Amino acid sequence: MSATVAIASGIAPPRRNRQRFIESLAGCGFAFPAFLLLLLTNLVPLVVLLYLSFTNYELGALDTKFLGLDNFHKALVDPVFHRSLVNTFVYVAIVLPGAVGLGLLIAVLLHRRKRMRSFYEVVYFLPVTSTLIAMATVWQFLLHPSLGPINGVLRALGVHEIAFLTEPSYVLPTLAAIGIWQLVGFNMVLFLAGLSAIPRDLYEAAEIDGCRSGIDRFLTITWPLLGPTTMFVIVTTSITAFKVFDTVAVMTRGGPMGASEVLLYAIYLEGYQYFHMGYAAALTLIFLAFVLLFSILQTLVLERRVHYG
Amino acid sequence: MTTAATYAGMRSVTVSPVRDVARRIVSLFVVHTVLIAGAVFVLLPFVWMLITSIKSPAEIFAADFSLWPKHFNAIENYRAAIFGKAPLLRFALNGFIVCAGILIVQVLVAVPCAYALAKLRFPGRTALLALVLLGLCIPIQVPALPLYMGLAQLGLLNTYFAIMMPFFLSVFAIFLFRQFFKSYPDEIIHAARLDGMSEFEIVWRIVVPSAWPAIAAFAVFSIVAHWNDLYWPLIVITDTNLATPPLGMMFFADAETGSNYGALTAAATIITAPLVIAFLIARRRFIEGITMTGIK
Repeated sequence: MSATVAIASGIAPPRRNRQRFIESLAGCGFAFPAFLLLLLTNLVPLVVLLYLSFTNYELGALDTKFLGLDNFHKALVDPVFHRSLVNTFVYVAIVLPGAVGLGLLIAVLLHRRKRMRSFYEVVYFLPVTSTLIAMATVWQFLLHPSLGPINGVLRALGVHEIAFLTEPSYVLPTLAAIGIWQLVGFNMVLFLAGLSAIPRDLYEAAEIDGCRSGIDRFLTITWPLLGPTTMFVIVTTSITAFKVFDTVAVMTRGGPMGASEVLLYAIYLEGYQYFHMGYAAALTLIFLAFVLLFSILQTLVLERRVHYG
Repeated sequence: MTTAATYAGMRSVTVSPVRDVARRIVSLFVVHTVLIAGAVFVLLPFVWMLITSIKSPAEIFAADFSLWPKHFNAIENYRAAIFGKAPLLRFALNGFIVCAGILIVQVLVAVPCAYALAKLRFPGRTALLALVLLGLCIPIQVPALPLYMGLAQLGLLNTYFAIMMPFFLSVFAIFLFRQFFKSYPDEIIHAARLDGMSEFEIVWRIVVPSAWPAIAAFAVFSIVAHWNDLYWPLIVITDTNLATPPLGMMFFADAETGSNYGALTAAATIITAPLVIAFLIARRRFIEGITMTGIK
């Protein structure tokens, strides 16, 4: 037995070595274009970004000074940056429960519904595929104080008009509502996938055990078994909400009076409108730190999901 | 045990008929009320967009608003949108060019790399995989600043290349295709090698044809993402003729501020239509393609 193995492997080496060589050559060749692009579009820019964040570089400026951590100190005390960070978190704090809660509610109501399910699925998913910028202009019109139908209805009901986008205390909740409008369908589909993985006989068993109302069934079976999906949806929704930019850029431009200034919009203004590259680089790194924090959370959650599965 | 089961059965029989039916009707009513209310909220901007796009300015600015227009102004509005101050069809064409260019390069680059990571042993494989996973966490807004400076230095701002370049490498595509290729049977690859096929042929003629579902799903994800992207085009494009649909929509809204809502909503309709129509046709593929990237 061992003799045959020895003979077989004794014959094989040149051929196997050749195969090994071809394999590593092909592997390197296949991976090279991707590696090169990874270097050019991710790694080198990251290093440059890090370097920029320690300088006062401005596009077109002749002399650039090394500042150390001054940009980060500046960010700590900068009222504009401070405001944009707070606004971003307020936005996330509204979108997160709204988009996750409503997504879950709709998924639970739709699950196991036969005839109307695909109709509702299409309807709720529509905003996910549509161009947010185009829809944002429509929302702007819908919310218009005098021409918009929403205020028209409010007037007809005898309620005062609401300046959704021009009243500082309303603007973030309004943008968040649009954020929820865009995300609900996405979360609904993720929840529907999670729901279809729950074995049906569990519900029948629970029914025999006296769980007769839908709310009972939800609390004893659906909610605990959906836990991993829910965590996953929470993390992805947080990241998406944290990156809010489009609606702000089109509808409010950070206004009124900075009430809708958010992190990415602040970075956009510093970097590409005022050309304060050094400072914008520092803000970008702070932004990246938050995204990485969410991503680490996501990895942990995904690992847990694998254990459940 | 038997008695308990009989008891449960009896109880449900004795309690059920009338109360159960009533209960079911009430719950159906509640469920559909919630679902319909949600659907109205979701559809509101779409319906309003379509209706306004066929209304005349007089009706749009009228104090008493009506849902259905009395006079149809569709032709004028859409003509104003298409042939107005901003070249709308040009934006759509730019969108097609940019999405197609990005997708083609992404697939050409990601497929061999994913195959190498899944099936070949080569030096640096683990390190590359780690870089790919790291890359998954980095949004475009992070490398944007240095990339912008680089493109400005090279005089490449305001080109299609500038819009597409940062997205040529999709770490997500590599990650996704690698998962898919890993489950491809090794025996077939070995057999192909014995037949004298080169690795290049194995990838493109044997493995890729089996990976169509993954490639199609990724294509949906990529096209939806880049048709709708605003951040990067906003940074590198100032020339109206090169604007992608969302950026064009911004230019258009600026050009038409407050003056012509009919044309504005007609433009929004035209820009939203391609993806929405594609979605309605290939519903399953779209939902799969976009949500499988929930990882993103």
